[in-house]
Order: sequence, then C-alpha cells, then structure tokens
Amino acid sequence: MICAPAIDNRLSIEKSEAGRRGLWCRNPLRAKAKVPAELRRKSPPRLPELSEFDVVRHYTRLSRLNFSVDTHFYPLGSCTMKYNPRFNEEAAALEGFTALHPLAHDTCAQGTLELIHDLSARLVELCGLDAITLQPAAGAHSEFTGLLLAKAYFEAKGETRNEIIVPDSAHGTNPATASMMGFTTVNIASKPDGRLDVEELKKHIGPKTAVLMLTMPNTLGIFESNIEAIAAAVHEAGALFYMDGANLNALIGMVKPGDFGVDLMHLNFHKTFSTPHGGGGPGAGAIVCREQLAPFLPVPLVRKEGGKYVSDFGDGRSIGKVKAFFGNTGVLIRAYAYMLAHSAAELGDIARYSIINANYVRALLKDIYPSYSKEYCMHECVLAPGADMTAKGLKTLDVAKGLLDRGFHAPTIYFPTIVHEAIMIEPTETESRATLDEFAAAMRDIHDAGVADPQTLKDAPHTMPVKRLDEVQAARQPNLHW
Amino acid sequence: MYIPHTKTDKEEMLKSIGVSSFEELVKQVPSKFLWPGFALPEESLDETQAAARMAQLAAGNKRPLSFLGGGAYERYTPAAVKAITSRTEFLTAYTPYQPEASQGTLQAIYEFQSTVSALYGMDCANASLYDGASSFAEAVRAAVRVTGRKKIVYCAGVNPQYMDTLRTYFAHSPEYSYVRIPMKDGVMDKAALPALLEGAACIAVQTPNFLGLIEDMSGVAETAKKAGALLVAAADPVSLGILTAPGEYGADFAVGEGQSLGLPLSYGGPYLGLFSCKKEHVRQMPGRITGMTKDKDGKRGFVLTLQAREQHIRRDKAASNICSNEALCALAATVYSALYGPEGLKELAEANSGAAAFAAERLGAIKGCSLKFKGPFFNEFVLSVPGKADALREKALARGVDIGLPLAPLFPELGETLLVCATETKTEADILRLETVVKEAI
Repeated sequence: MICAPAIDNRLSIEKSEAGRRGLWCRNPLRAKAKVPAELRRKSPPRLPELSEFDVVRHYTRLSRLNFSVDTHFYPLGSCTMKYNPRFNEEAAALEGFTALHPLAHDTCAQGTLELIHDLSARLVELCGLDAITLQPAAGAHSEFTGLLLAKAYFEAKGETRNEIIVPDSAHGTNPATASMMGFTTVNIASKPDGRLDVEELKKHIGPKTAVLMLTMPNTLGIFESNIEAIAAAVHEAGALFYMDGANLNALIGMVKPGDFGVDLMHLNFHKTFSTPHGGGGPGAGAIVCREQLAPFLPVPLVRKEGGKYVSDFGDGRSIGKVKAFFGNTGVLIRAYAYMLAHSAAELGDIARYSIINANYVRALLKDIYPSYSKEYCMHECVLAPGADMTAKGLKTLDVAKGLLDRGFHAPTIYFPTIVHEAIMIEPTETESRATLDEFAAAMRDIHDAGVADPQTLKDAPHTMPVKRLDEVQAARQPNLHW
Repeated sequence: MYIPHTKTDKEEMLKSIGVSSFEELVKQVPSKFLWPGFALPEESLDETQAAARMAQLAAGNKRPLSFLGGGAYERYTPAAVKAITSRTEFLTAYTPYQPEASQGTLQAIYEFQSTVSALYGMDCANASLYDGASSFAEAVRAAVRVTGRKKIVYCAGVNPQYMDTLRTYFAHSPEYSYVRIPMKDGVMDKAALPALLEGAACIAVQTPNFLGLIEDMSGVAETAKKAGALLVAAADPVSLGILTAPGEYGADFAVGEGQSLGLPLSYGGPYLGLFSCKKEHVRQMPGRITGMTKDKDGKRGFVLTLQAREQHIRRDKAASNICSNEALCALAATVYSALYGPEGLKELAEANSGAAAFAAERLGAIKGCSLKFKGPFFNEFVLSVPGKADALREKALARGVDIGLPLAPLFPELGETLLVCATETKTEADILRLETVVKEAI
C-alpha cells in the first residue's frame, strides 16, 4: 500500500442490485436441459448480483488492503516468503498445461508426464534419496503421507509401532498429523541450546517408536549438529528418521539429507521452490524417501517405458490416494520452472544467501533484540524484545504491529513456543542488503519509540485499514457469512 | 537465480556479522556433509531457454476435443477471474496471520465462505481444503468424531477416488467399517437404507453421483436421523445452480470439488475443497475459518477465528493437521460466482444439463450403443458401447476426440461402458462431431 486507502469494507453482497449481471451463459443447448421440477432447488443461492466492473473494482480494492511479498518485506519465519518469479506464473499458465484433464489418456499427457518425471528425478538427487511422490497438496498433507508410508512399512514387516517422537520445538502440524493417524505423540524437551537432547531421545526411543520427526534446521534456526548420533539412535531402535523439510531453504544444494541418515522427508514447493503462497495456498508437497518405502508411495507415479511416459499404479502395496488425481500439478510446473533457472551450484547459493541474510539481521539487531541462541543461525533467527522494552510492558505483539506501521510485514511471532515472546525472522535469500538495513532501522525505531512512549506502540497499528481487531468477540459470537 | 547480492554485499555483510567466511556460519553442520556433489545440471537455463523448454513440454500434451468428466470438468476461466487472481497482492501474500495487514485476503475468504454457504444452503463453511476428495474425507472424519461411531455407510455412486482418499485418511485402520449401499438403476437403493444404517456414523452420498445421475435425496436425512447417523453430501457446485441444495434436504456436512467454479483442469490441481456444515458442527470444521468482527474504533474487520480447533494451538488434539489450504483458488471461485450471480449459475447449470442431454440423445441412438440408465442426470452419463470401451476410446483419440472414460476398471459390473461428459464449453457442433467419431470408431 502506498498510503492507507479510504477503506470500503462493504461486502460484495452489500453492493448487489437485483437484476445486475457480470457474465452470461448463452449456450443455446440450455434449451435442452432436462431436470425434473422435484429435483430443483427451492430458492436461488443468495449470491451478489454485480456488473463485471463492480466485481473487478471490489476485489482490486480488497487486494490493496493486503501486504504481500511483492509489495512489502515479509520475513515470516518458517514460511520462506521469497520472491515468486513471474516466469513460473507464465509457464504454468501455458494452455497446453492448464487444459489437460487429469483423466487424459497417457498419450495425450506426455508433456506434463515428462515434466513430472524430470522434476522427480532432480528432487530425488537433491535430497540424496531414492524415490518420490508429488501427490500431497501441502506440507501438512505431506507429513500425513509420510507417516502413512511409515505405517505401511512397519505393517508389512509385521511390526506394531504406535509412537511418534517430536521435539517440543516442532511445528504444530507434526503432532496433529501423528494423532490424525492414531499414533501417540511423545514430546521431547529441547536442550537449552535449542537442540534435540540425544540422551532424552535414547530414553524414549524403542521398539514402540515408529518415527522420529525432526525439522532441520529446527524452528530456532539451529542445525542439529549431533545429527549422526540422532540418526544412529533412530536406526538402532529400528525406527524411521523423518525430516520435516519446511526449512529446507537453509540446506538446499549444500547438503543431501540422505547423507545424514534421513529415511524420508517432505518438501514444500511454496517455500523452498518459490511457488506463491496465494494468501494461504495452493501449495504443493512431496515425500522423498528411501528405496524400502517406495512400494508404499501413493499412486499414480510416473515411469518411463520405451521412450514414453506412463502412469504407474503400483503393485497393490501403495497406501492409496491422499487426494484425487495426480497432485497440485499447476504448482509443480512452477517449481520445475524454478529448477530450470538453477544449476547445482546456484541451488547451493540459495542456502548460502538465506543463511547470510538471517545472520546479518541478527547481527544488526542482537544488542536490542537478544537472540535466543548464542550461535550463528541458519536461515532464520529467533529474537525477543530486550529487558528495556519488557520493563515498559512492551510485548512481541506490539513490535509486530509497529512493523506494520513502518511498512514491513511482521515476522512469525510467539513461535516456537519454547521461546518466551519469540520473534522469528526469516529474510530469505531474495532480499537485498538495503531492504534488510531498512528493516533493521525500523526495528530499532520501534525499540526507541516504544521505550520512550510505550502507549503509542501498544496502540499500533495506526496506519492500517483497521486497528487491532476484537478476536474474542469473533470467537464468542462467530459471524462466518453474510 | 533470484539473488540480489553483489560480491561487495557479501563481503561487507560477512564483516558486519563478524566472520571472515561463510563457512564459519555453518560450523554447526558436520563438515563431511557440506557441499557433496549433485548429479544436477551444471548450467542453468536463461529465461529465453527456459521459456522454450516449457513451451516444448506444454506442446507435448495433446488437446483432443474432450468429453471427460469424472470429478474434474472443463470450464472457461473468465478474464476477470484471471485478472483478480494474478493481482500479486493476493498471489504473494500468505495466511493472514497479521489481520490488520491482510484485510483483503480475509474479507475475500469471508465472502468465499458466504458463497459456499449460499450455494450449498448450509449454515457455515470454512476457508477451503485441498480438493473435493479431501473435503469428503474430512467430512466423514467429522461425522465420526460427532457420533463416536466408526461405521461408514456410503453410496456406490460416490466417486471412487473420494472413497480411496477416505480410506487413506483413516489409514486403512480395521477399526472402521465401510458399508456400500447397493445400486439400483445407477442410484442408491433407498429401500436398503434403514437396515444398513444401524450403528452408522453417517451416510455419505454424492449427487450428481459419479455416474452423473441425480440421487433422489427426499427422506434420506430423516432416515439417517432415525438411526442416529449424520448425512454427508458431496455435490458439484455448478449443479447447485439448479439442483436441490444439500441444506434443503437436511445434510449435516456438505462438500464439493470447487474446480467447477472456473478453475483450469491442470492435470488434477490445484483444485479447491469446499466444506460446509450445520452450525452445531462448526467446531468440528477442519482448517481455517474467517469471522467478521470490529476493531478498537468499532470499524468492521475480519480475523481468523475459532483457532482453538487448529494444529498450531491444539497440536496433537487438533481437529485436523491442515495448515495451508487453497486460498487463491477460493478467491477465484468467489470472483467467478460473483461474476455469474445466481442467474448466471443457473444458466451454466442448464447449459451443462442441456449439452449432456443432447449428447446422450445423439450417442444413445447410435446402433450398438445405449444409455445404461434411465434416471435423470446432470452433465455426464453412462453409455454402453459395443466391443471394448478402451479400444474404442483409443480409436476415437486418433481422430482427435476423447469420447469419455472407460468405466470397466472402476465399475466392472457395468460392462463395457464410457462415462461421457459435456459442460457449457461444448457446442452443438462439438457434440455432432463426437457422434460422428463414435460412429466411425465403432
């Protein structure tokens, strides 16, 4: 937003006029419609009646009420809000891709199948693993797929294992996914330095453990340096090592997760692979795994057979489908376009500069926003307001709202929960030094202004289309539609 | 490469950090794992080269005149929908965690929830799920949570991919049982219902069903209620331009595949899971929900609400693990619905019905072909064909027409049949060409 526009927060339905139209369907075959009266709806749906221009102006104005990556620095930790290349959008919009029906005959789908096949091969190599599915529609959906694979794997071996170990710094999706599948979640407290406590892990891991789910780097932006000991403990117990790949941006092209003992992991295309977040999706995910888990992958997979690409429905050991059809292909096409734009070395630069940027922000701010970890961070840093701010009753939420007034989206706040008043900043590699300098200046200004006049900061934001919103009323008396 | 740093930037930034080399920053990673070789291209493509590669792949897909349906439908995406969804203020934002800086996305989601509630005639809807199949599975899971029962009664006409996804969502656990309602003339045999429903969590129905037929839903909710079971209904949203809404026949949960609302086919996604329910089940809804509220000055505003159901708060006690949904697709569907309005959606639904009726009339009259079922259908129907359906399809494809989906792998009991679909994108001439090609292929 250049300046806060005069807000017109009327709903589309409140702009509706009976008899007004945007689009028509005049196909003469309508006259042949055959739906008996008793099967027809009694009253028309209450939808707005608007002209096309009404609709375009309404939603264009709404769009201007948003912060977005294109308009604002958006350092949301663990979300990897990097630049979304325009080329990816143009590639995915090619009609040859968009018009392809998911049940099209393989002979009509050779282009898309080849793309999926090539993308799969590249990602498998990138992770240092053996096989992949691109069917999951998001990160959490991938976790779900990964745990299903683990379950099927142990069932096939005749082993009953019903526990999933997660550290207390894990994303909420890890335990939620585990319980969705009927697993019991075993939480392990992190050590003071934020790392997984290997001794604790050894105490809890055993014949009941199916999987250790570990985010790498973890949500404190720290790499598990004792990774070899962790992997050894997992494998010694006969369990599987799952890497939550939400933070892969820190590692891409720099390490191969397979090298340090990961058995399966997920990818988030809307994070590491630059596909747009869309205001909350669509994303796409993948599970990349070792050979022994491959027979259980969801179907169909794409196989090359005598120069042709074919859909492979497996040998019956598959876990089945996690969604209809193939996957979020439109998102995969964007990710493939991104892969084409990077050589192996350039993929490594993504990790390199995401780490440099995060450490740079940390270095510029650590005197007034102390860092939870005393070490250098990977792609994100977790800070908190300093003592002079908390002494004035200032909280992380106030810092977040103060940033909005200064033209920056807030970082992720109050996560990870193990850090009091956490401010989790992930700049990503696509932000320039100048932007980071401006961000740091804004954070310093918030500090100085907040300490001098706490109330003004507690009342922030002052320049947004709305002020702080009453979330309690929203939950107590839900108003969910017009 | 989308990295802005110059060599000087890098050096000065490392200096500010207080290190002399990047390697000092990653000492926490055991060095033996750093910088392995990757068998990946040593050169990236420039944009000109990448554009050529993508164009070549896109051209590798063939575009026959297609009569495929079966859960994904050929639609025209209006220019205004594309214009709005490519506004990068929508495209490049994320989940509205900071409501003051996300009122655009939040109000659009509220309007989406309102659109879905209106179309399905339900009390409330969420901010979307991944697709129709995952919405269906989540609705059945919710019914299981509400009733505490683990028996799922379902119509034989439910999309087989939805059933596959459901079984996967229950991780194939033997605790759950699935009872199929027998099919009679392509629709559920309602007479069989009362006996099957005992102890059931829900009856799961899809109408129009996978075979295109419209289920007669009168009395089904009442039968379910008598048995203490809930009604989960899946319906195509465009069909609801004319067909009875799930709310009108008493559904507890109503779901659908939102791809129909103007989203491209894109080989299966991204699509849009529509999820709605009666208000007593609102706290069982998975995923994000937006609510209207007021700011400190009393001005209207929107926030994510009822978050106590969600994974980032409840962790292992959450209603679902969903985090990202399909927000941009939800925006597209909302804009599409607003552009057409109630009258336009009715026209679209009629055009679907009319196009399919005309195709059925022409194909059903071909010697050796016949319509498998007599009941009313929406935009697709089952055609019995002489000889092997898949061989017939391949012959027709060689003539540039995809005449429909052979059903034998999914419904062997139907014999050699095709599921033929015609939406509003088809003209009379298209259907006459379909007729000609089917005749030639036979």
